[in-house]
Amino acid sequence: MPVLDMLKTELREVNATLQAAAKAKGNEAFTIENPRGAHAMAVGLDGPISVTVKGSTGYYCAGMNKLATVHVTGSAGPGVAENMMSGEVIIEGDASQYAGATGHGGLLNIKGNASSRCGISMKGIDIVVHGNIGHMSAFMAQKGNLVVLGNAGDALGDSLYEARLFVRGSVKSLGADCVEKEMRPEHLEILRGLLERAGADAKPEEFKRYGSARNLYHFNIDHADAY
Amino acid sequence: MDKTPQKTPQTDPRQSWTFSREINSEIRRAAATGIYDIRGGGAKRRVPHFDDLLFLGASMSRYPLEGYREKCDTSVVLGTRFAKKPIELKIPITIAGMSFGALSGNAKEALGRGATLSGTSTTTGDGGMTEEERGHSEKLVYQYLPSRYGMNPDDLRRADAIEVVVGQGAKPGGGGMLLGQKITERVAGMRDLPVGIDQRSACRHPDWTGPDDLEIKILELREITGWEKPIYVKIGGARPYYDTALAVKAGADVVVLDGMQGGTAATQDVFIEHVGQPTLACIRPAVQALQDLGMHREVQLVVSGGIRTGADVAKALALGADAVAIGTAALIALGDNDPKWEDEYRELGTTAGAYDDWHEGRDPAGITTQDPALMARLDPIAAGRRLRNYLNVMTLECQTIARACGKSHVHNLEPEDLCALTMEAAAMAQVPLAGTNWWPGKGGF
Repeated sequence: MPVLDMLKTELREVNATLQAAAKAKGNEAFTIENPRGAHAMAVGLDGPISVTVKGSTGYYCAGMNKLATVHVTGSAGPGVAENMMSGEVIIEGDASQYAGATGHGGLLNIKGNASSRCGISMKGIDIVVHGNIGHMSAFMAQKGNLVVLGNAGDALGDSLYEARLFVRGSVKSLGADCVEKEMRPEHLEILRGLLERAGADAKPEEFKRYGSARNLYHFNIDHADAY
Repeated sequence: MDKTPQKTPQTDPRQSWTFSREINSEIRRAAATGIYDIRGGGAKRRVPHFDDLLFLGASMSRYPLEGYREKCDTSVVLGTRFAKKPIELKIPITIAGMSFGALSGNAKEALGRGATLSGTSTTTGDGGMTEEERGHSEKLVYQYLPSRYGMNPDDLRRADAIEVVVGQGAKPGGGGMLLGQKITERVAGMRDLPVGIDQRSACRHPDWTGPDDLEIKILELREITGWEKPIYVKIGGARPYYDTALAVKAGADVVVLDGMQGGTAATQDVFIEHVGQPTLACIRPAVQALQDLGMHREVQLVVSGGIRTGADVAKALALGADAVAIGTAALIALGDNDPKWEDEYRELGTTAGAYDDWHEGRDPAGITTQDPALMARLDPIAAGRRLRNYLNVMTLECQTIARACGKSHVHNLEPEDLCALTMEAAAMAQVPLAGTNWWPGKGGF
């Protein structure tokens, strides 16, 4: 397994090596050692490679990921897996703000907690957070699924579009136009699949589902009080 | 003695300047609907502008160049600071970002065709990159916007440059709203949202806040694209000195500065008319910031907002810009607000030249619409040629002025070539009031 040691290798070389390997579609597995919170690590990967980061990362780790699997053994800084298209990103520790922001696809699996604005403007990504999430999570979330095994902070799902939110614990407050919704069999099925993929020890029946009331889908002056 | 009763003389009815007919009509509209007015375009109010500046021309101490004979270069290279592949343009006029969704696919294609024929670039907008646009634009700038609608790494790599949009002259600090009537299946699909609902474009980016974060965001974009693409940062005309300085600090290759006359697809009229600074007022502070940082000409400055003629181009360059961008003017060149559609404009309650309800999607010219029947009215090939012609005329006009000022490259135009007709313009442009060697803020008279 090739090892990229960031004590000896510049970020540009690390990313160029990973991007080339991903493009070659050789299913290679890499290990990054001594990441020391570097920003923009393992970004723009476009192919089925596997990257294990031994430690914690800075901003935007695995940004715009496609097809690759990126596994961070520590915690991740802001914007982890931002705009991810496909593949899987696993964070063993906690994730900072904006985790999975604007993601279009793939699975972001956070084993610890996620900070504020987790899943902001998500556009199809699936996010599973084994711990808690911070305030304003799923703000303007458009598509995809956000699963939270712990609790959610203030203003969950504010100005939500069509994303599905599943929370097992408490929700401090719901944002504008976000409401609790009936958990139907198809939702339990989606949730079961996501929990299984994420290796989460929880039953779908323990969760509540939240979604958009769709009252703010068309501009109406009478809704001004909602903000 | 004449016994005929005399009519008492009366003064003519006097309209209030404060409560003008226009203001009163807006009060009545607001009272009837309860909704603020949303429209497209930029500020319509009269503000100090390039018309308030004049070129001095050559004289005893300045030798002119021969028109049609002596060379006056118009080429410009954008993105020389960090990018491996800077953008080389034949003319200093680019096409500003306008979204697919706000504009029809045919309009985007026409913009690409016209820009390519003239050797310049065009720019995507909110809503992602379309095939019409990429396929017909030799040089395409891909906007990286707060909404991230349609954003993906493949298009990022297919772009020739990336423009991180922080603000827009029509609405510094504001987002946007594409109303449901323009959200067709195609537009909705590109934006990952349901058909027919209003689509909110966020006012700030979802995953960074402030220049320190932006520096890291730019690093990420460079790492994803192998440091090949120039990174532009677009700012609205709010605090041009500090915003330019911070964009440079964050690592921009190019700063795009958009004044309040710059257009938008749909924003509240009160925002367009009352927030932001005129383009003329923004240029010198931005250039000063670049000069203070030793970055003038190393980080290029593109100015937009109310550019209409080659004279405007020349004046912006003389004040220190490297290039300009046009949006509204380009749409007019394509056929927007053409009097030939006057009957239909009347039916919409407006008139040619004043039509600005672009958000409603009923544009008779087929440009700001997603209605198939209206879209079909715009022939992208013919419209592209019109844009090419217009861009060429502007370039020739700019060259004409530059030669008259004795410049062999349009970038050699300088503030010393200008004077101002009004105190306001003199203060903003920091060039002498005509007939004096003084401007407000400068000592002596």
